[in-house]
Amino acid sequence: MKPTSAAFKEQATRALDDSDLQTALGRMRTHYVGSITSARERLPEFEALRDAARDIKNHTLAHLDLYLEELERKVTEAGGYVHWATTAAEARTLIETICRRANARTVTKGKSMISEEIALNAHLEKAGFKVVETDLGEYLIQIRNEPPSHIIGPAVHLTRAQIEADFRRHHKHLPAGRNITEPVALVDEARQVLRQQFITADVGITGANFLIAETGTTVIVTNEGNGDLTQILPRIHIVLATIEKVVPTLEDVSTILRVLARSATGQEISNYTTFSTGPRRSGDPDGPTEYHLVLLDGGRTEILASEFREALRCIRCGACMDHCPVYHAVGGHAYGWVYPGPIGAVMTPALIGIQQARHLPSASSFCGRCEDVCPMRIPLPKMLRYWREHDHALARRSDLSQRALRLWAWLAQRPAAYHRASRVGLGLMRLVSGPRGLPHWLPFTKGWTRHRDFPAPEKGGTFHAQWAKRGRRTS
Amino acid sequence: MSGLNPQSRDIILGRIRRALGTGDDEVQRRVAVQRRLSAPAPGPIPARTKGTRGELVQQLKTRLEGLAASAEIVPLPEIPARIADFLKRNNLPAAFRLGADPLLGGLDWSTAPSLSVAHGPARPEDEVSVTHAVAAAAETGTLVLVSGADNPTTLSFLPETEIIVVRSADVEGSYEATWSKIRALYGDRNMPRTVNWVSGPSRTGDIDQTIVLGAHGPRRLHVIIAED
Repeated sequence: MKPTSAAFKEQATRALDDSDLQTALGRMRTHYVGSITSARERLPEFEALRDAARDIKNHTLAHLDLYLEELERKVTEAGGYVHWATTAAEARTLIETICRRANARTVTKGKSMISEEIALNAHLEKAGFKVVETDLGEYLIQIRNEPPSHIIGPAVHLTRAQIEADFRRHHKHLPAGRNITEPVALVDEARQVLRQQFITADVGITGANFLIAETGTTVIVTNEGNGDLTQILPRIHIVLATIEKVVPTLEDVSTILRVLARSATGQEISNYTTFSTGPRRSGDPDGPTEYHLVLLDGGRTEILASEFREALRCIRCGACMDHCPVYHAVGGHAYGWVYPGPIGAVMTPALIGIQQARHLPSASSFCGRCEDVCPMRIPLPKMLRYWREHDHALARRSDLSQRALRLWAWLAQRPAAYHRASRVGLGLMRLVSGPRGLPHWLPFTKGWTRHRDFPAPEKGGTFHAQWAKRGRRTS
Repeated sequence: MSGLNPQSRDIILGRIRRALGTGDDEVQRRVAVQRRLSAPAPGPIPARTKGTRGELVQQLKTRLEGLAASAEIVPLPEIPARIADFLKRNNLPAAFRLGADPLLGGLDWSTAPSLSVAHGPARPEDEVSVTHAVAAAAETGTLVLVSGADNPTTLSFLPETEIIVVRSADVEGSYEATWSKIRALYGDRNMPRTVNWVSGPSRTGDIDQTIVLGAHGPRRLHVIIAED
């Protein structure tokens, strides 16, 4: 998809006014956070596992070239094909070529964020293939022609009523009078519709949560089992993954799996964790006869060379957005591309350019919850600060915020003037404040007061005045 | 069949080496990687994975029940009768499909004459499958199945009901212990086409964050822990 991250401010404003979205987000705020916290608390070793998971990825990234060579060797040894792609365009063409050689008509897909990142569906459809997403959330956003709004719950922004309307619009072959108001009925309908697609598909494309160098294995983690039907029924299985997904051994992947589901959905483990190595073996009665691994750089080597290297530890659990007050308020679509939330605010500028995404690193209150919950201990606030510094260095001189900052800097270096200015400001605020704080017609404050109260300052003078009066005591 | 651009591989590996600033430490880096791959070291192992076999079997059963599966511990020869019971209890047809698994094939199915048994990989119309897991990890209620003619992978995903049999002697505490079993079966640095970890029936939370069972895979999972 074409990124719209440059319009973050407008998109965030629209999101705040979208009542369906706010209903969906309200449910999400309470649901995810509670179950993630209790899953972590049930495992006393969780913090030690986080440290170990971080160390595994640091070690792997420091030896990334060598582990990728091992991975390639083992995949090839198992009868699979490894294709290297430097860019998204190269990966798209590679996958199209594999589908063409197979004379494929229908392509089923397991959930893959890299596929979203490289806009694979649009490319394959344009090339004449029928492309069917099979993860329920991905299927929903595919029939709505929308990007995902969350890494693990791509349709978390939708209400049940919206989904019912979409199914009625899209599944025209089913009786109009059917009752599909309940989630069970909706899931059943999707199961029936998609079952037929699984059976007729020629190619199945999945992503990979992990690549294992030790054995040349790709790993998918799902709850629905859709990824498995995608990869065992068609003749050809294509795995699309970026290079930083590799880990050394089965032991290493076991350690990281212990923190993944607990951080993602609050489950102790996802229902299905599937380890795939090459195509079907002699004597196997099922499974694909061809197995392809497309290894994409897609900007990762640039991130590896930058101060954002630690972001490559990300295992895409979504915990940072589940706990983010900004994400809670505006949802995922406001971020304007495929990765929302704090990790999106770090990755998006790196992948599409800071000029296209300069508002994202500022969409943070620096509360630090993202770093607290990140199972891979990625220092997200620090990285957002790096981006702000980059953006500041690039910013245009006429920018209002630049001038305001310069004025503040001038005042901050002159204590007497600063005290006078804050006294005047405080007096003015009290003068214009109504019972709910600052009125919304005030210039420069609409961004805050439109959706929240800005309480009138309390009596007692400026901070400096109160500090002096209390004799500089801290209690 | 290689990539479109044969140079892409070397471009990517070259970019990585430049990003990492590798140089004369090449030998050292290669030794570190080979050492890690040839002697995989476990990370922190949760204390809950320790216990006697009996305790681990109990833990497996309890965790599976917490995952919306059902589980029972039965003497090995009674498996056919218990399967017949389970199908009757749940109003399911007395018919199922299994692979060429020797443990399952070696059972005396004449003890449950009502059952009709089909063999081979799953077909779309199959309602019930019976499979044999090579191992289980009690720590999260996880069954470990491997692909092949004995237990075709489709049996675990196409039918609406799956019954998994695991021997109590194969119930381990940790994931790492199940990998030791796989390595013993297939050799070091070798894997079957697929290893499937199954922890409960298929589910989704994509609509209203309400958990619904049976999204695409089995709606119902029953585990029989068999004691020899």
